[in-house]
Amino acid sequence: MSIDMSQFHEAFFEESFEGLEIMESELLTLDVGEGDVEIINTIFRAAHSIKGGAGTFGFMNVSEFTHVMETLLDEMRDGSRDVTQYAVDSLLGSIDVLRAMLEAARDNGDVDEGMVAERYAILNNILNKGDEAASNSEAEPVGAAVTPGIAQVWQISFIPHTDLLMAGNDPVRMFRALSELGEVQATVDLAKLLPFNELVPEDLYLCWTVTLAGDTLKADIEEVFEWVEDDCDLSITLLDDAEPRELGSDNDSPVVSTPPQEEITPPPASLKAESTVPVMENSPTKPKKPTEAASIRVGIDKVDEIINLVGELVITQSMLDQAGDDLEANAELSASGDSASQKINADILLRLSKGLAQLERNTRELQDGVMRIRMLPISFVFSRMPRLVHDLSSKLDKKIELVVHGEETELDKTVMENIGDPLVHLVRNALDHGVEIPEVRLAAGKPETGILNLNAYHQGGNVIIEIKDDGAGINKKKVLAKAIEKGIVSSHDKLSDDEVNNLIFAPGFSTADVVSDVSGRGVGMDVVKTSINKLGGRVVVQSEEGKGSVFTIRLPLTLAILDGQLVTVGGESYVVPLIAIIESLQVDRAQINQVAGKAEVYKLRDEYIPIIRARSVFGLDDGVDDLHESLMVIVEVDGAPVGIIVDELQGQQQVVIKSLETNYRKVETMSGATILGDGTVALIWDVNGMVGVHKKKSHKN
Amino acid sequence: MSTSLEPVSDDIETNDNIHQNQYLTFLLGDEEYGVDILRVQEIRGWDSVTTIPNAPAFIKGVINLRGTIVSILDLRERFGIESVEYNELTVVVVLRVKGDGKDRIMGVVVDAVSEVYHIAENELKDPPDLGYAINMDYMKGMATVDEKMISILDIDQLMSLRDLDQATESGEQLA
Amino acid sequence: MARILVVDDSASMRQMVAFTLKGAGHEVVEKNDGVEALTSAKTESFDLVITDVNMPNMDGITLTKELRSLSNYRFTPILTLTTESSAEKKMAGKQAGATGWLVKPFNPNQLLATAKKVLG
Repeated sequence: MSIDMSQFHEAFFEESFEGLEIMESELLTLDVGEGDVEIINTIFRAAHSIKGGAGTFGFMNVSEFTHVMETLLDEMRDGSRDVTQYAVDSLLGSIDVLRAMLEAARDNGDVDEGMVAERYAILNNILNKGDEAASNSEAEPVGAAVTPGIAQVWQISFIPHTDLLMAGNDPVRMFRALSELGEVQATVDLAKLLPFNELVPEDLYLCWTVTLAGDTLKADIEEVFEWVEDDCDLSITLLDDAEPRELGSDNDSPVVSTPPQEEITPPPASLKAESTVPVMENSPTKPKKPTEAASIRVGIDKVDEIINLVGELVITQSMLDQAGDDLEANAELSASGDSASQKINADILLRLSKGLAQLERNTRELQDGVMRIRMLPISFVFSRMPRLVHDLSSKLDKKIELVVHGEETELDKTVMENIGDPLVHLVRNALDHGVEIPEVRLAAGKPETGILNLNAYHQGGNVIIEIKDDGAGINKKKVLAKAIEKGIVSSHDKLSDDEVNNLIFAPGFSTADVVSDVSGRGVGMDVVKTSINKLGGRVVVQSEEGKGSVFTIRLPLTLAILDGQLVTVGGESYVVPLIAIIESLQVDRAQINQVAGKAEVYKLRDEYIPIIRARSVFGLDDGVDDLHESLMVIVEVDGAPVGIIVDELQGQQQVVIKSLETNYRKVETMSGATILGDGTVALIWDVNGMVGVHKKKSHKN
Repeated sequence: MSTSLEPVSDDIETNDNIHQNQYLTFLLGDEEYGVDILRVQEIRGWDSVTTIPNAPAFIKGVINLRGTIVSILDLRERFGIESVEYNELTVVVVLRVKGDGKDRIMGVVVDAVSEVYHIAENELKDPPDLGYAINMDYMKGMATVDEKMISILDIDQLMSLRDLDQATESGEQLA
Repeated sequence: MARILVVDDSASMRQMVAFTLKGAGHEVVEKNDGVEALTSAKTESFDLVITDVNMPNMDGITLTKELRSLSNYRFTPILTLTTESSAEKKMAGKQAGATGWLVKPFNPNQLLATAKKVLG
């Protein structure tokens, strides 16, 4: 019978990746030199599990590689090896290699063999420097081989110790097993039998001489008695063989186990280096982005909550059903004007109204409950950071302390899977360009160790992530100069400090003279911003030179649903994402000023905010109205406020986001569409897109 | 978001044999046009649409088709024929358009739906050089049925993304 | 057929072992922790116990010893699952009272054959 093992693979991979995370985080907490045995043990056990599972499921390369790591860890835990920084770093590097191997196994991809071989070499090097060689070269001798194919007769003398039965073994099974190897004839020997009244019921007093005729290897016979070799005196001789070989409990040569263990030796580095397997793009130190999994782990409490809510929904539905039936039953009577039935109608309507209110509550609660299923704590993403900070700070020769808050803050799984890379980039940026090297910090009167704060919290239906450093801040002069040079802004533009700082997110922007290995690689801040925008979020930066910078990311709690402000423009309803709105107000004509021709600005408190008219962006009649009593929605675009004039403001509501691109194409001013309560379609604004179109149109004129 | 539309005709792949070479024809003014029936998802009456800003004139807007957002084209405007007012008889033919690696659902506004005809491959002739002629790229050919001339359209070409993008940029029509 | 207790803190291994045994018609109870397994064994009866060795809280060796101290488990077959192929680990199991062992990696057929061997 063959069993398809692949159904267990998913569980194995999930466990293994979790195991790797445990190994990594524990390794980072390990104090060099001392080596807390408990911690090492935890790391060892994790490696051990991965090795076992990998072997069982056929991922031999993973199993063998983990074995080497395990050996090293074993030595550390039994004290025969010191916990050195080098060893810890090598193990950390090995975790990356192992992760790559597991990912390759899971995705049926390729692993950079050169990298694997290199890591083997490093680990073995460490192992061999120790006093004792690792025990992985233990060779298992095979039992005396006999040419198969020739029928032989073996003589087996089996003298069990009296306590053989105590471990649950039973000679009957052994005989049965022997009989499967060939023809068995057994003679019992009662020599050890005690008088009846001295017999201990659980003891075994019988011995046997067995002849086995068959085409069998001695090893096979030994295997039958494998478990009891210490609990008996066993001798297996080949009749006609001049040299009987005795096996018993006094012999310490290891017995062959099933299946014969293969010698685990790592492939020599030189051989593997010549392999033609394509080199992986990412360096081993960069944690790979987890591919979007098709499954999610949900706490059973969340599931129970949903079940309860659905139950309430069912109750509400039957309530409404009942009211409807009653209404129908009453209809005829009430149509005739009968006053009593009119009163009944009124009652029923009241019930309906209550039921509908309840329905609204049920639906809302159910929606919240279901959304929570997709929510996972942000710790899944934050967990990459300690390692990242550790590696980078040593690479950059900077001292940096990472302080994390709000790891338990939950956000949508898909959002989380996609926010990892932008977060990593922002952290790298903070470490590379933000925090200064120790000498510079000391000279500036700052503590030598820079602090990087990573905070996450919920605020008004959104998730806020802050990345704060106490470094050098953004060099506004340099940024502005670069932006002018790249034509992103003109030298005449008046920009606030915030606007200058947020220029770093502009496309094509990079002030690094040398694209540094750490944060360069063509992944600019504009890609970070685009990724975040794609998730329906926004990112802005605030910075003070000499003091540091704060990057604030705002993300919606879910990708499918959006909190929106309904507005009317040209007779059509549109939805403006609340996450982008700063405030809405009624226009006071007196505050409008014209600037350089057609551009208009609005004086709000002490700021001048550029205005655009939604109608003109949409190409509707240019009703050059005087904007008397118009409404304006002030949104945040590229870190700066922009006022958009609309005809009317309607209510705020949650809408389900529907794709425009699926059946049509991307529209520059819209990020999607939704279906309103009355069944009609309302488009959802993309405020960045609207400003873009406005710019294009005004340049044309 | 996934499309959850129930097809009027059966799945393209499985029913090729039965419905091959069958065309649904419709009218635009005096002219009759045909489309492969296997591409017809459903036929609806005209209902209001939500306009899309800055879209070409022949894109009337989008509608809610059982939870999916589907765009609606006006073929008269697409072909540059004088447009008419929509009324209760106006019909929207919802089509499955293939292209650019995926399937899209789009609707076209027509005056009325006519018939379903079986037209064999060899009956399709190259279109003559007509005055207002539609761009030949958008036609599979012409056929004569019951003394009528029917222009068979290639909807994949007619409603390709590339064309939509171009038209949006230049605000052109297809004459 | 038989009632088997499978103890392993690795879910994938446990699932594989349980699935294989159930497929052969046995009744399987899974535990991912030695302490829970012991409690279970005390309240229910099993014909065979298969346990991993390396586990937190209570390892397989200790579990075996504890089981053997229970009167109804004195002769119950107990098999340890171990990846160590060295003699000491096997002996440690035996000394604790285990009937035998199964060395990982093993394939389902080996598992079934071994189970059959001890269940008679």
